[in-house]
Amino acid sequence: MRARSALSFATAALALAGVTSAAPAADTVDPAHEAKAFQDFFIKKFPKVKLEDFVNGPYSMNEDMRKQWEEKEQFPPYEFALEAGKEMFATPFKNGKTYADCFANGGIGVRQNYPTFDEKDGMVVTLELALNKCRLANGETPYSYVKDEMASLTAYMAYTSRGKPFDIKIPNDPRALQAFEKGKEYFYTRRGQLNFSCASCHVQNPGERIRAEILAPALGILNAMPIYRSEWSGMGTISRRFTTCNSQIRGVPLEPQSEEYRDLEYYLSYVSNGLPISGPGARP
Amino acid sequence: MASSIRVRAILNGDTTEVQTLIQHPMDTGLVKDSKGELIPAHYIQQLSFEHNGKTVFQADWGTAVSKDPYVKFAFKGAAKGDEIKVSWLDNKGATDNLTAKIQ
Repeated sequence: MRARSALSFATAALALAGVTSAAPAADTVDPAHEAKAFQDFFIKKFPKVKLEDFVNGPYSMNEDMRKQWEEKEQFPPYEFALEAGKEMFATPFKNGKTYADCFANGGIGVRQNYPTFDEKDGMVVTLELALNKCRLANGETPYSYVKDEMASLTAYMAYTSRGKPFDIKIPNDPRALQAFEKGKEYFYTRRGQLNFSCASCHVQNPGERIRAEILAPALGILNAMPIYRSEWSGMGTISRRFTTCNSQIRGVPLEPQSEEYRDLEYYLSYVSNGLPISGPGARP
Repeated sequence: MASSIRVRAILNGDTTEVQTLIQHPMDTGLVKDSKGELIPAHYIQQLSFEHNGKTVFQADWGTAVSKDPYVKFAFKGAAKGDEIKVSWLDNKGATDNLTAKIQ
């Protein structure tokens, strides 16, 4: 039922895009402008926080938490996952190929380029999706998107890309612009019984407490993914973060890596362009 | 398989600070899995650190300790390059140990 309505929505949106593409340039989406406005908002709201420090989420907002975290980082809780990820990444599939064959530069130091827009399939491809595509193409069964193996693999890939600035590209393709727009719409749309949007917490209230936690700013929030959350006592991917966020606001989470989530990741990553990858991260 | 233990021992003045992270499920025996069946208890009962054959830290643990436990303590009387041996034993009789040099 939901799939059908999503489909009809997509068709309607496509039809709409067909109409609007004929409209004058003033009405078209300008992602670069959007990203600048988004970053400027945070810079103005938190004048003391350095731009590259936003990737450290709540630690950029709270001195006490930062001290605890710095101590923790000497012996990070994601170490086991990182090591497992490294091993998995290097282990060949049954057909002898490896993950490295599926990615540019052998998969090393490429995290900052994901998600990308696949112009052939007309869809956003996240790193998690690319990893499972790689597995399927090599005759392996796909992994769960939320944790365990997927988190370990993305942890390793993020680790090899640490410090590299997010470099998300939006090709000159109306479908890519539409994905960006839809991601933005998802980000600002209120949902769930609590009637929160992503922005309610991560744009309006970063640095404030939500129960015992300090909210992270939306700017740079994906740079630290995947994360080890003490609350989960384990690792979680971007998919896990999105689905958990949705259930925490008492909404019904979507399927991991559904179109909406991928578009959201595309939007949220693009507006953090220029900020360094810091994953894997550790959060309370 | 990689070791379940990570250890770092650093000499600072006359005290040695030891940090350890152990990978272990630490199941309490009270939690049910997705099928509604109890996950049997599986936890570390004994953890010890030996410096030159002498025990410098020993812990008797139960189910209240978290998954993947982290331990930090300090002791006196070690020199740089000495070896420190960490070992644990769980309720299923499994055990692991690791020897590291004090830095």
